[in-house]
Amino acid sequence: MAQLTLFFCQKSDGKGGKYMKAFLILEDGTVFEGTSIGSAREVISEIVFNTSMTGYLEVLTDPSYAGQAVAMTYPLIGNYGVTPDMESDRPWVEGYIVRELSRVSSNFRCQGTVQDFLADHGIPGIAGVDTRALTKILREKGTMNGMITTDGGYRLEEVIPRLKAYQAGDVVGRATCKSASTLKGKGKRVALLDLGAKKNIAKSLQARGCGVTIYPAHTTAEEILNTHPDGIMLSNGPGDPKECQGIIQEIRKLYESGAPIFAICLGHQLMALANGADTYKMKYGHRGGNHPVKDLETGRVYISSQNHGYVVDVKHLPPSVAVPSFCNVNDGTNEGLRYTNKPVFTVQFHPEACPGPLDSGYLFDKFIQMMGGSSNAKESRN
Amino acid sequence: MPKNPEIKKVLVIGSGPIVIGQAAEFDYAGTQACRSLKEEGVQVVLANSNPATIMTDKEIAGQVYIEPLTVSVLEQIILKEKPDSLLPTLGGQAGLNLGMELAESGFLAQHGVKLIGTTAETIFKAEDRQAFKDTMEKIGEPCAPSLVVDNVEDGIAFTNTIGYPVVLRPAYTLGGSGGGIAHNETELIEILTNGLRLSRVGEVLVERCIAGWKEIEYEVMRDAAGNCITVCNMENIDPVGVHTGDSIVVAPSQTLGDKEYQMLRASALNIISELNITGGCNVQYALHPTSFEYCVIEVNPRVSRSSALASKATGYPIAKVAAKIALGYTLDEIKNAITGKTYASFEPMLDYCVVKLPRLPFDKFITAKRSLTTQMKATGEVMGICTNFEGALMKAVRSLEQHVDSMMGYDFTRLSKEELKERLAKVDDRRVWVIAEALRKGISYEEIHEVTKIDCWFIDKIAILVEMEGRLKKEPLTLGLLKEAKRLEFPDHVIASLAGRQEQEIRDMRYQNGITAAFKMVDTCAAEFAAETPYYYSCFGSENEAVGESSRKKVLVLGSGPIRIGQGIEFDYCSVHCTWAFAKEGYETIIINNNPETVSTDFDIADKLYFEPLTPEDVENIVRLEKPDGAVVQFGGQTAIKLTQSLMKMGVPIFGTKAEDVDAAEDRELFDKILEQTQIPRAAGGTVFTAKEAKEVANRLGYPVLVRPSYVLGGQGMQIAYTDDEIEEFMEIINRIAQDHPILVDKYLQGKEIEVDAVCDGTDILIPGIMEHIERTGVHSGDSISVYPAPTIGDGVKEKIVEYTGRLARALHVVGLINIQFIAMEEEVYVIEVNPRSSRTVPYISKVTGIPIVDLATRAILGQTLKGMGCPTGLAPEAEYVAVKMPVFSFEKLRGAEISLGPEMKSTGECLGIARTFDEALYKAFLGAGVQLPKYKQMIMTVRDADKPESVAVAKRFEALGYKIYATRSTAKYLNKYGVEARRINKISQESPNVMDLILGHKIDLVIDTPTQGRDKSRDGFLIRRNAIETGVYCITAMDTANALAESLEHANAKERLDLIDIAKVKNI
Repeated sequence: MAQLTLFFCQKSDGKGGKYMKAFLILEDGTVFEGTSIGSAREVISEIVFNTSMTGYLEVLTDPSYAGQAVAMTYPLIGNYGVTPDMESDRPWVEGYIVRELSRVSSNFRCQGTVQDFLADHGIPGIAGVDTRALTKILREKGTMNGMITTDGGYRLEEVIPRLKAYQAGDVVGRATCKSASTLKGKGKRVALLDLGAKKNIAKSLQARGCGVTIYPAHTTAEEILNTHPDGIMLSNGPGDPKECQGIIQEIRKLYESGAPIFAICLGHQLMALANGADTYKMKYGHRGGNHPVKDLETGRVYISSQNHGYVVDVKHLPPSVAVPSFCNVNDGTNEGLRYTNKPVFTVQFHPEACPGPLDSGYLFDKFIQMMGGSSNAKESRN
Repeated sequence: MPKNPEIKKVLVIGSGPIVIGQAAEFDYAGTQACRSLKEEGVQVVLANSNPATIMTDKEIAGQVYIEPLTVSVLEQIILKEKPDSLLPTLGGQAGLNLGMELAESGFLAQHGVKLIGTTAETIFKAEDRQAFKDTMEKIGEPCAPSLVVDNVEDGIAFTNTIGYPVVLRPAYTLGGSGGGIAHNETELIEILTNGLRLSRVGEVLVERCIAGWKEIEYEVMRDAAGNCITVCNMENIDPVGVHTGDSIVVAPSQTLGDKEYQMLRASALNIISELNITGGCNVQYALHPTSFEYCVIEVNPRVSRSSALASKATGYPIAKVAAKIALGYTLDEIKNAITGKTYASFEPMLDYCVVKLPRLPFDKFITAKRSLTTQMKATGEVMGICTNFEGALMKAVRSLEQHVDSMMGYDFTRLSKEELKERLAKVDDRRVWVIAEALRKGISYEEIHEVTKIDCWFIDKIAILVEMEGRLKKEPLTLGLLKEAKRLEFPDHVIASLAGRQEQEIRDMRYQNGITAAFKMVDTCAAEFAAETPYYYSCFGSENEAVGESSRKKVLVLGSGPIRIGQGIEFDYCSVHCTWAFAKEGYETIIINNNPETVSTDFDIADKLYFEPLTPEDVENIVRLEKPDGAVVQFGGQTAIKLTQSLMKMGVPIFGTKAEDVDAAEDRELFDKILEQTQIPRAAGGTVFTAKEAKEVANRLGYPVLVRPSYVLGGQGMQIAYTDDEIEEFMEIINRIAQDHPILVDKYLQGKEIEVDAVCDGTDILIPGIMEHIERTGVHSGDSISVYPAPTIGDGVKEKIVEYTGRLARALHVVGLINIQFIAMEEEVYVIEVNPRSSRTVPYISKVTGIPIVDLATRAILGQTLKGMGCPTGLAPEAEYVAVKMPVFSFEKLRGAEISLGPEMKSTGECLGIARTFDEALYKAFLGAGVQLPKYKQMIMTVRDADKPESVAVAKRFEALGYKIYATRSTAKYLNKYGVEARRINKISQESPNVMDLILGHKIDLVIDTPTQGRDKSRDGFLIRRNAIETGVYCITAMDTANALAESLEHANAKERLDLIDIAKVKNI
């Protein structure tokens, strides 16, 4: 791999400035050279790419990225700085890989720069990387682990075994909230199981009048059901769904309760696992805001926001339990399930968007209707 | 939903002649869509009056009618061909309007023709101002407060309620004709009056001025099942107030957060769904820079200039997909042709940045106002692709071919800080360079933003380029600095001049250190999937993806860059046909071009497309990778020809005519030698450098003389001088622009102008036909009405022309195409100019003779002989039709431009009239050019003394046609003396009613105004011509044109119905 020496323009004093070199080392031995951004700390994590052209801030703060460093395929990042559009209180990516970080942040809501945001939260990153070349490696060889370091004295034979040994650990436990909290609303009462939830899930419910109680991931089914919510929402979240065995058991209980349930992403996978389906890791996942998903009932295609590395295997899921409701138009993978005997429906993609298209926001309305309510939120375009 | 089996034969309407606001992008869209229809087994009937287009090839459509685009002609085509469907969304505003009229009148329903791709209701809702506003209100999409008015009083009253400034937009006009921003009542009255008249329905929208807001566009697709996607969004760097066609546009948007991006995206989908559009649509927004407030500016329910740009920027073939949708397919059934893996129902993701720059015609119209407004002025555009904005901008700048290749290209160093601040407020084509100078002088981003309303992010990008200039001047040229300069796409010669080095040194330093361009693919999906279509752009400091190895022989075809006056769509036609011909011969074809509007830059024309500037350095980057077996330069106009020397230095053989022979035709002395050898006469003349020398030569030859710089395109700077004073004046003007080459002074011969294109294999020639110009010499060939077969010259002259053409082709060792212009005076033939390359008449003469000239020329280039190909040699037998090529102008778009015809080309496009007789062909040609007379049967004549004798006959012809003639004092006097009943009318400077009142009274069909000798210095004549044009009155500035019009009108009275000619059935050799 050719070494890259792109510059990260930080100062507008015309002097170019002194920059610290940084290196991105992949499990397969590829090394990208660039400039350090954010924290200069060394980090090892899984490396994934995201193809969104806008919404870098939502990506940075999406808890589903816990355990992963994200490379942005769009080359110009940070153009509008840091705005209030965050999906959690802090960045969750382990590392950040960009081609170019803008030295100017221009937006009327701009509160700071991405550089400072990363540095303040101790997130290391690297700029000046040919993220297209990186993406092609991940596309061909599959997602792999990597390291971002500012230590030019690295030895590959020492680093690579460490990269191979890396495991993300209990990322859901890290990403979920520490205690329950409530968002007020006069309409339906929804219990939201936070598996690493993006804020806009609760906001989308609240915008439709719901009162939302957010529970930590390891809350028991009993505790939730005791409050007799009108419906239960399972959120997105990070990591391998099969590592969440304890949560899966509780979700099975929620399923059996007969309460209306709507699940997104990790929640969708866990509900499937709770019903005997399997999940597997995709070669390089879906991360971006342009994936077409087809509603198998109506034939309509919606453009969706996606962020997942694992997917539900529907082969062994009997129709008596659940039937596929959405599939991905590009690769045919499962994008949603409708459960046959319970008021439960789940999707792999992100109807809460942020970042990405608002096309599937209507699913929240469907959930409200399932709970017996009505909704007139503005997002319900379709 | 699969294809609708009822659709078997589709009539496609093209956009007609190229004018400002409606250009090559519709040939690109139309060609792509027709190929897509053909692919589905649908029979295509094509109607387009523009012969220079690829869509009017018989390879593209089954039946081709190069006929005037009027309702009655289309009705006749429908009666004759009986199509089951009409697709009106590919021909721009012109096509849409015609489709709408045919639907509204009930004609389509009567004859069982369905509108596909849209419905009359959709067009009405999107195009009718009030209906559009009501629709937007219904679905809660905001528009700027506005009112549709049909009279000036209502406009004033409404404006008083919403306050100045207001924007005025006439309904149903293209390119925003007649629109503008009014800051006070005087301006309001002026613009509104004009707009009301230009609107097809006499309506103008008066709207709250949102100038200064961000202008954002979305390209949206929707199928009949209701699935919709956005292909791309684009941000205009120039805020609302500059027409998007004249704006610098970047894709994707750069300064919008996801929240703004998705808000507008959702709105665009909302709108396309409500309008029930099936196909492509463009939605333009104004976004408040410091809030989430936005307004929908307009919706174009069809393919457009923006959709062409979006297609090229993303790789998503909008027209192709739109055509499939029109046939009934849904988005998830249509394969994405770029990836071959994904489907059309997905949104392209870019991993690069695209910058579009307009090509403005102010180099041709030096008197025109350079300011950019809501009235589009650009004739073409270029696109730069790079992984960073700065690089994309730098590439686009040098692609314009205006001798500017950095942020220092226009010199404003002399302006003080205060003067610069004033200049910043003037929005014209040089605003970027003014900002660059303002940054150099230390004016802050905020101050620049305050005046220009350009987002600080873009200002910073210009600042980064300016800082790099400073670093290259001051700092030692380290490898690090050089890499960074190349990453920002500084050309080697700019780096060299800033760093005080030689260009060669910079290049050596780069190559020795591996600082070379890498090529990346435009793949619609940011590398998420492996793509199949090799569409590349270059950048520095990246991994190269393009593979140079090939088992086949390779040819490099150089495109013709941006569309400009003098180098139009014809050269794209030639480039594309040359590429196809090489492919047929088994070559791997590689196109380099930078024009997003053209067919040549469509992803599946050549085996490989490099979307790059056409400069020696950029071409060399590609040559180093591809190592082509040869390059073709003779089809890409002057742009490609200019690269000949550089290609040879790179070791690339030039296929066809050799460079030294091209030079021999351009170099006066060499050319004179060849004429001497071949014993071909030309007008006497000499080469000069100073006004003194010029006057000596002129006096030796005797006036009038033709004065022109050598090595120019489209007759730029060419003038006819009648006096010493005029020589002084012209020499001063010429020397202001170009000084490197000598200036030519020739005896001006006034005769018939004849033009031929010929294919030569080195020995034999084939002349498909001889064309004769209606206007005498002195009017640029591109602006003359051209007739095939030549109607008035005798066999002796024809023989001489064939003989001279053969001699010249052989003497210049032409292999491929040659274009020659002659003057015929009585039995004598003189040569004016020889171009050993393709010309603007090639597509037209190919079509009317049925001889595929470019194909034959390409095969000749590859070593085949005409005889070997089974072709006749010499002059081909005359076709059974007469074809008249009519120039079309865009003067009404260019405030202040001089419209009188002369040796410098001014037309932007052309249309064709083809018929069995000359009269009918001429009538069709005028009709195709939009001259629909008579209306009021009143005309004005004001002619120079030299033309007065001829004017009598002209006036009598119009009188016989029932015209009432008004004339200025001396013209009236002269006409009266010779028995014409001309009414005298006062000059502009005299009291009312004068000639101006008459023009502004809108009861005049025609103005015949021949400018006084040489350059017209009288303000009167200029004002009359400008006012005629700006009020939509047809204006003629040459007596020959006037006679032709009279002839055409005489014919119109004699014949009711036009005979339609299917070009696809014209015999072939």
